[in-house]
Amino acid sequence: MESDCFSSPRRDANFPAGLRVLVVDDDPTWLRILEKMLRKCSYEVTTCSLAIEVLKKLRERKDAYDIVISDVNMPDMDGFKLLEQVGLEMDLPVIMMSVDGETSRVMKGVQHGACDYLLKPIRMKELRNIWQHVLRKRIHEAREFEHEGFDAIHLMRNGSDQSNDGNLFSVEDVTSMKKRKDIDNKHDDTEFGDPSSTKKARVIWSVDLHQKFVKAVNQIGFDKVGPKKILDLMNVPWLTRENVASHLQKYRLYLSRLQKGNDQKSSPRGIKHSDLPSKDSASFSFHDSLTKQQNDVEIDSFSYSDGTLQLQNMDAASHERDLKGIVSEPTTAKRRALTSNIPDRKITKSSRIGLNQPFAPLKSEGNHAIFDCTIPSQHSWSEVPKRQLKEEQKPLVQLKDSFSQLPIHGTPNHIQVDQSLSMASINSNPSITEEQVVACLETKPFYADYKSDYASSASSIAPAVDTFTTQSKSLMVNDQISEPVFTPNVGLKTQELNLSCISDLELYQRNLLLGGEAVASAPSEEDFHFFLPQGEYYNMNFGLQNIEMPEYFDPGLIAEVPMRLCDLADYSVVDQSLFIA
Amino acid sequence: MDRNSSRRQVAAMKQSLFDQGHLDEQFIQLEELQDDANPNFVEEIVTLYYRDSSRLISNLEQSLERNPLDFNKLDNIMHQFKGSSSSIGAKKVKAECTLFKEYCRTGNAEGCRKSFQQLKKEYAALRKKLEAYFQLARQVGSHETACRPNTILPLFPRKTTLSIMILKSKAQLLL
Repeated sequence: MESDCFSSPRRDANFPAGLRVLVVDDDPTWLRILEKMLRKCSYEVTTCSLAIEVLKKLRERKDAYDIVISDVNMPDMDGFKLLEQVGLEMDLPVIMMSVDGETSRVMKGVQHGACDYLLKPIRMKELRNIWQHVLRKRIHEAREFEHEGFDAIHLMRNGSDQSNDGNLFSVEDVTSMKKRKDIDNKHDDTEFGDPSSTKKARVIWSVDLHQKFVKAVNQIGFDKVGPKKILDLMNVPWLTRENVASHLQKYRLYLSRLQKGNDQKSSPRGIKHSDLPSKDSASFSFHDSLTKQQNDVEIDSFSYSDGTLQLQNMDAASHERDLKGIVSEPTTAKRRALTSNIPDRKITKSSRIGLNQPFAPLKSEGNHAIFDCTIPSQHSWSEVPKRQLKEEQKPLVQLKDSFSQLPIHGTPNHIQVDQSLSMASINSNPSITEEQVVACLETKPFYADYKSDYASSASSIAPAVDTFTTQSKSLMVNDQISEPVFTPNVGLKTQELNLSCISDLELYQRNLLLGGEAVASAPSEEDFHFFLPQGEYYNMNFGLQNIEMPEYFDPGLIAEVPMRLCDLADYSVVDQSLFIA
Repeated sequence: MDRNSSRRQVAAMKQSLFDQGHLDEQFIQLEELQDDANPNFVEEIVTLYYRDSSRLISNLEQSLERNPLDFNKLDNIMHQFKGSSSSIGAKKVKAECTLFKEYCRTGNAEGCRKSFQQLKKEYAALRKKLEAYFQLARQVGSHETACRPNTILPLFPRKTTLSIMILKSKAQLLL
């Protein structure tokens, strides 16, 4: 995108005139008015009345538009979901509009990655300034790319080499390599959590790394744990005490959220607005937990629903991103619009992504930027409400593929993963990678019980997830995962947990990302639920149509399982990006 | 003159719509968008609005006949309707929408029904008034009343004007 924006003299000559705007609103009156207003601003306007139309147009030509303006309430897809999708897939700035200016809605928009939130009736002067978002993004991307892009790319490459042998734990190597690279990089100190650095490079808490961390924590005893002790036990040379300390803090928060979430979560699905509050907290907790785990790991970007939260973590491919489905693709080196993890999973079937393909590559990648699914073993996933992913089958399959490649080892966990979950994960994008796969896998009926030791599964998942993420890009929603390859491999064992976490997250992300695309919105929800503790579930609430937060999980999603696949794909794509970052 | 009085009439009509709270700032925004390329822009938009929103009105009617009421659904439809109404600046209609939504939120069926009746009244009243307004405006040349003078570009660039002035003054001197 940078090259595009900078290399087009025709447009740049009179920037902002000639800005290519894509407007979507189901209200024909507003569409006409906006078109007229934007034309008056000398912008090039394209109008759509359906969100799926928008995605189609954007997919056809990613660089055909500079900015997207979308209404929040649309019949075929939730605006937030679209927001996530666009941000994730195309990384374009998206502006939301609505007649409803309630703080919670605006916040949701921001969290999902919207650059701006306009209230209807919209004035001309508000539209005149939308070019600033385009410019800002370009500058930001250029900067990000410069700093992290290369690292991420290297990381990915390294990861793929390592993952070939199916060693799911190769992530650490990759991470180490990345770390080494980072050392050379001027952002090295930020990588190690140097606060003074302007660029917040993060320590990539790979699944493998996180597993070591969790192992160390468990060994010491959760109560007596301390960063120094953990660091010693972990025996990771390049890790600093500060890194561990911050990661521990996040981990603690995550655990506490899980606890809270478990209490809160009653019925993820069908939760309407009333669930919103819980969802919010759930999502946050999920997010937090994820973030905690992820820390700077790409995987971290689980921050699903919150989307915005994701951004921070996303550097790495945080799966959160994927989960979030939010536009921001944290993983990718590119700075995806971190914004919005649009939970909207409503991925339209049409956008299904052929996950199959992506999964394959993922495997080789071996980068498991996946989320640190190392969920504390205390949490039993079995509590997670079962989601029936109707359509899961499909997505699972895809994930499966990817997973199968990844050597998953670990005690077979029965994962209660809902079929849907796995499906969901698969659906979204290959990028969702492991997580999704895991989710899918997990959800698959294969796993009876989810409860498992997440930590171990996490590691296994991580690699899988990684691969997914890398793959996911290509997979993007469009590819429906046909064979739940992963399911068998991944989640079954303890790894399952991890995977499920990951996939869950992924799914979540995916869902978010995919927004309208993921077919299996429902499944993804399931997935997420599955993986996430009760509390988290809220966030992932795919099926909840009316839930603010769980919008991602629109019930409609459930119905469109195939879409989920797309979601997965999307997520995977996102993941990839995330990981790269 | 007929034209002038008609024009004044149109202006007065518009003013009263604002004074009575039927229209708000958005309507002026629409008028500002009207230009040579779209000389009847405002009327087009209003027509589009009434056409599209009638569908929503009938949806609401149907939904209100059910028992018990599905407040969520009603709220959703009303949300769309409110958004639409905000596009033309239908102030009173919009206010009624907000009220209706509030009744939905509190689950007040009676309130919803009453509010809807009121809303339909406002909606129809505004339509009549706007129809009359546009009819009259068309008679006087609608774009005249709607256009703002500052959209007219100067015919000559400043330099030319200045030189012309100089020439004129020179000519005058000569004369």
